[in-house]
Amino acid sequence: MTSWQNNRATRDARIAAGATLARGKVVEAGDATRLLEAVLRPGDRVCLEGDNQKQADLLSRALLAVDLSRVHNLHMVQSGVVLPEHLDLFDRGVAKKLDYAYSGPQSARIARMLFGGKIELGAIHTYLELFARYFIDLTPHVALIAAVSADRDGNLYTGPNTEDTPTVVEATAFKDGVVIAQVNEIVEQVPRVDIPADRVHFIVKSDKPFFVEPLFTRDPAAITEGQILTAMLAIKGVYAPYGVQRLNHGIGFSTAAIELLLPTFGERLGLKGRIATHFALNPHPALIPAIESGWVRQIHSFGSEVGMDDYIRARSDVYFTGPDGSLRSNRAFCQTAGLYACDMFIGSTLQIDLQGNSSTVTASRIAGFGGAPNMGADARGRRHPSEPWLKAGAEADPDGSTFMRRGRKLVVQVGETFGDKNVPLFVEKLDAIELAEKLKLDLAPVMIYGDDVTHIVTEEGVTNLLLCRTAQEREQAIRGVAGYTDVGRRRDPAMVARLRERGVIRRPEDLGINPLDADRSLLAARSIKDLVRWSGGLYAPPSKFRNW
Amino acid sequence: MEDLSFQHRVRARADGTRRSALVGVVASGNLEVLVERVLPDEQCAVEIRTAAVGFGEVWTAVIDDFVERFSPGGLKFSINDGGARPDTVSLRLAQAVRLIAEKGR
Repeated sequence: MTSWQNNRATRDARIAAGATLARGKVVEAGDATRLLEAVLRPGDRVCLEGDNQKQADLLSRALLAVDLSRVHNLHMVQSGVVLPEHLDLFDRGVAKKLDYAYSGPQSARIARMLFGGKIELGAIHTYLELFARYFIDLTPHVALIAAVSADRDGNLYTGPNTEDTPTVVEATAFKDGVVIAQVNEIVEQVPRVDIPADRVHFIVKSDKPFFVEPLFTRDPAAITEGQILTAMLAIKGVYAPYGVQRLNHGIGFSTAAIELLLPTFGERLGLKGRIATHFALNPHPALIPAIESGWVRQIHSFGSEVGMDDYIRARSDVYFTGPDGSLRSNRAFCQTAGLYACDMFIGSTLQIDLQGNSSTVTASRIAGFGGAPNMGADARGRRHPSEPWLKAGAEADPDGSTFMRRGRKLVVQVGETFGDKNVPLFVEKLDAIELAEKLKLDLAPVMIYGDDVTHIVTEEGVTNLLLCRTAQEREQAIRGVAGYTDVGRRRDPAMVARLRERGVIRRPEDLGINPLDADRSLLAARSIKDLVRWSGGLYAPPSKFRNW
Repeated sequence: MEDLSFQHRVRARADGTRRSALVGVVASGNLEVLVERVLPDEQCAVEIRTAAVGFGEVWTAVIDDFVERFSPGGLKFSINDGGARPDTVSLRLAQAVRLIAEKGR
């Protein structure tokens, strides 16, 4: 007779094997490796919770120590490859195949391992894309997750860094998978239930809190005049004319500079209330002065940020918080919000080519995508109108029918023409293409496709690609803001001048901005200490950002 | 280290009466510019000492644009470069011209 519940039976067998090591659902930290050996099978798809920030570090170490005769060739399906242990798994043979989204701190090593054939690569995804595949063809057999606390029944409190946990648990627990949580403490009653107990099978109490990386903190002291000028151009050349209220900011000093110019430069332009009111954004400390000055109405977050807990708790009108008062973040929902409910994405990149394709992959670093491709893409399924969206759509297709013309999301790439160590931002050919050739990938890892990019802002000016009518115009528009890079110096000066007359390119002077005014005194906060002051002492920066 | 030297003939004399001015700082990724009013009105000179080798073409383009834009006649610029980005170089040069144009010694 055909059985239709094989997976459930397998799950029950896994849980029964693990239960021999548990009291109720609780397993001692010292038994974590034995628990994994009992529950896992060779070749399993495993989500080892590596989020953008929160890391199931105890479970990573436990997994690394398994007996290879019992556990091997795992297929890791996790959004973030962040800890060294995540890659040690492949070196040791515990894992074989990888599907992921982001690998910031491990980007150099992951590149070496991919070239060396140590990792069989499935694909590099965007967050939403990987989450989507959790429900279709990459459903985890076992999820190893991290939470702040658990009660004896297994209800979990994830704290401000909820991040990916609800998505991972949903896909695993409701498809006959096993969920194992590491928690910082076991309590009588959790402050709020982020994950209900019946979706959690084992709890391991960690001897120290899970690792969280302060990814979204940029020290205002390190912001340059070039970044300030670029930020001024972005505010006056893009935010203001479109009246962008709903948006997402990428990480980086350029966007931090914009955040710190809102209460000063933005205020003088009379833009308060007209731009930057609703964000899909992590709790960036650099946004504190704008929040305190009454610019920001609402922020939904992918994750949290180290040191921002008390500030968020005290500003619940702005942030999403639980009944316990702490932030509730959710990466899948926030990515969806960024994709469908924001009119603009603005962020930095490492390379932009002549078509406007943008990539953070370089010859020696594969950083992955994270959320940028979703934030920085026109949502083809969008149907609600808004002023910036309609205006951008009209610029792209001035002759189209008003009622039938799609709007366009503003996708803005911002940066200085030369980056760190004088590496040019603009290139003839993306390193991503070379990488695809070398690794024999079907698809080059392009972060944002050129046809989604609407504006590029550098210290030389703003270019509006929506107004370009031919590929040649587009190329010259990009060269025209590429400064002294090779790409910029190979421009056709006559064509660039014509594009400037049409407003496709706008220089600082065209926007009434004097580069000599781009001064650090314009920043609402010039140091981390200033941010603490703005927050009324509620922001508690991690020690690496303290110098007092 | 690399030493570069540029001489330009310019349209007009730089504004102001100040004899010299100093902008910027010597630091990695930054630069210091000393500007002195020591040349005939139709001349401009730029002397560069740079930590970043192989950017001669970029420097040429930056200095050409700068001279064209500001016509800094009579000025000699001495640049101590710590590998600054070209946009920072342009900004510092413009700052130097502004500073020496101010009233003062």
